Amino acid sequence: MAVLDEAPGAARPTAGPAAPGRAPRERGAARPAVLLLPALVLVLVFFAYPLATMLWRAFTEPETGWGNFTWFFTTQANIDVLVRTFTTALWVTVIALLLSYPYAYLMTVAGPRGRAALTLLVLVPFWTSLMVRTFAWMVILQDTGVLNRTLDLVGLGPVHLIRTQAGVIVGMVQLLMPFMVLPLYAVMSGIDRRYVQAARSLGARPLTAFAGIYLPLSLPGIAAGSLMVFVSALGFYITPALLGSPDDALISQQIFTQVNGLLQWGRGGAMGVVLLGMTLALLVLVALVTRRAGRKVSL
Amino acid sequence: MPASRGLAQTPDTERAGRAGRGAEIALDRLTKRYGDFVAVDEVSLTIEPGEFMTLLGPSGSGKTTTLNAIAGFVTPTSGSLRMDGTAIESAPPHKRDIGMVFQHYALFPHMTVAENIAYPLRRRKIAKDRRRELVAAALETVRLGEYGHRYPRELSGGQQQRVAVARAIVYGPRVLLMDEPLGALDKKLRDWLQLEIKRIHAELGTTFVYVTHDQDEALVLSDRIAVFNNGRIEQVGSAHALYERPETLFVAKFLGESTVLRGAAEAGAGRSALGKAGRTLTAAGELTGAAAIVIRPERLVVVGAGERAEPGWNALPATVLQEIYLGSSRKLELRLPDGDTALVREAAGRLSAARPGDEVTLTWRVEDAVLLPDDPDVETVLT
Repeated sequence: MAVLDEAPGAARPTAGPAAPGRAPRERGAARPAVLLLPALVLVLVFFAYPLATMLWRAFTEPETGWGNFTWFFTTQANIDVLVRTFTTALWVTVIALLLSYPYAYLMTVAGPRGRAALTLLVLVPFWTSLMVRTFAWMVILQDTGVLNRTLDLVGLGPVHLIRTQAGVIVGMVQLLMPFMVLPLYAVMSGIDRRYVQAARSLGARPLTAFAGIYLPLSLPGIAAGSLMVFVSALGFYITPALLGSPDDALISQQIFTQVNGLLQWGRGGAMGVVLLGMTLALLVLVALVTRRAGRKVSL
Repeated sequence: MPASRGLAQTPDTERAGRAGRGAEIALDRLTKRYGDFVAVDEVSLTIEPGEFMTLLGPSGSGKTTTLNAIAGFVTPTSGSLRMDGTAIESAPPHKRDIGMVFQHYALFPHMTVAENIAYPLRRRKIAKDRRRELVAAALETVRLGEYGHRYPRELSGGQQQRVAVARAIVYGPRVLLMDEPLGALDKKLRDWLQLEIKRIHAELGTTFVYVTHDQDEALVLSDRIAVFNNGRIEQVGSAHALYERPETLFVAKFLGESTVLRGAAEAGAGRSALGKAGRTLTAAGELTGAAAIVIRPERLVVVGAGERAEPGWNALPATVLQEIYLGSSRKLELRLPDGDTALVREAAGRLSAARPGDEVTLTWRVEDAVLLPDDPDVETVLT
């Protein structure tokens, strides 16, 4: 989760939120540090320590060295899981973006009452337990569930969704959509409508004005939302475990199997390190790209 | 100027180089309703080709809605809108041959100045070389030749405003719409940019429709001014006509300063008598009922206690309240016996001897005042 929390900051192109408010810090330099202390202790005890333990075990159990990593990268099943995890996260991100973009846009053009309703629609599921929502999807998606009953009535026959990758993606998209909608809305609500009007008055068709003006200006929101959803999706456990098939397991499930089922703490740790490393690399990459883009786009 | 010649040859229009290439805009009973609210109420107005027309009025008077209807951002509820005789009320904005300058410029932040100006040319599929020429010519016209590679946020407000003008004229539209383009700038810059806009208008010969709530701006720029109030046009005319011969009390109050004397009028032969503060005043024109005499401050003459008023002039006793010295002139605020205030402007070199506290006589020629029907919605308080 700590990685996740950094995502919106990393994706935003504004380089200088630190600039204002620097002056008062000089005099009472100790006080802000004191305010940080509780959070710092929490992170150290509940994040840094377990992380260090995991790293340590990955390199020391059952014996010291790169053994666990060699095992991970030389076992085809592990590579398959890693690839499946990334493709699932990618699909979830793309579908969530395609669904959220028009939704967030609607939020910016709706009246105050409409906007409140749309925001509530995003937030209510967000406040509901992840478990509850996942179980709800099980009920909806199962072969004798609401969805298939309805499809049956229309004559489209039963579609197997539960225990498939498609089912996992459907569930994850719904669970992660708030993380896409909210950053998109934040950026879109700052885009002056007159940019598009100006483009139209200068001879652009509606679609041209959207593609050339609105879309580039909304890119920071797309980047922030996509990163949040993608990184969250990489580490999802409950939803793929309940909605998916064991044959299509994602990396978090494999880690669980290694640690809880096979008591292979070293291998589980190594898998965690691989996931963390790849996520960090991705964050750095996105930060570099958006910083370059941020030099061109500033709102 | 070579710059303007470059612009006039825009291949977008084959009307290149022809004198008076601005279009005529004709509004006929144009109306826009939002639910029960009537933003524009049966506005009829013909804007001549190449004319500089200003839509002047307070906020909420319908001037911006009218401009947006011409631009195509607002679909009229009823009435017609013609450009050189062709109905355009249902044409989308990108099909109308117009340029628009927005209040906050609306320059695309992710494009350089040159890319911004090239945008309308790219939409018209103009070849790259020609595009570069036209962008350079437009930058030259607004005197920003060196700024093409900058981003809008790297420019000052006044420079951004000029880029917005360049972007709106580069493709040679036959009508240029401007929505309070100088509203966000400071006074000094505004004065200078007004002259720039006037110069560009003279160079291009395009029809300009300019929206502002600033009466001074309207006076400086316009060939004609349409004064808006409550969704209607109160009066259309040259600055001179509006100032000297206002047709409604609203116009008299909105444009320039004036003293308004309200009372009951009684029509006579070519003249009317109006009772005010126990006196009977004479005004040109025949009108019976609630009326107001409107006099511009420079038309009022203050006569001291020992002096004699001109024969045949209107006269009212008054007390001088305060004096405001302005260098080239001075303003006097006077109180009339019934408590109303009057405003006098005396040019330097022709100052009267009146001082604050003096009892004087306020006089004016009958022909220098305008008699108008009273309008209870218009405040008489001096602004």
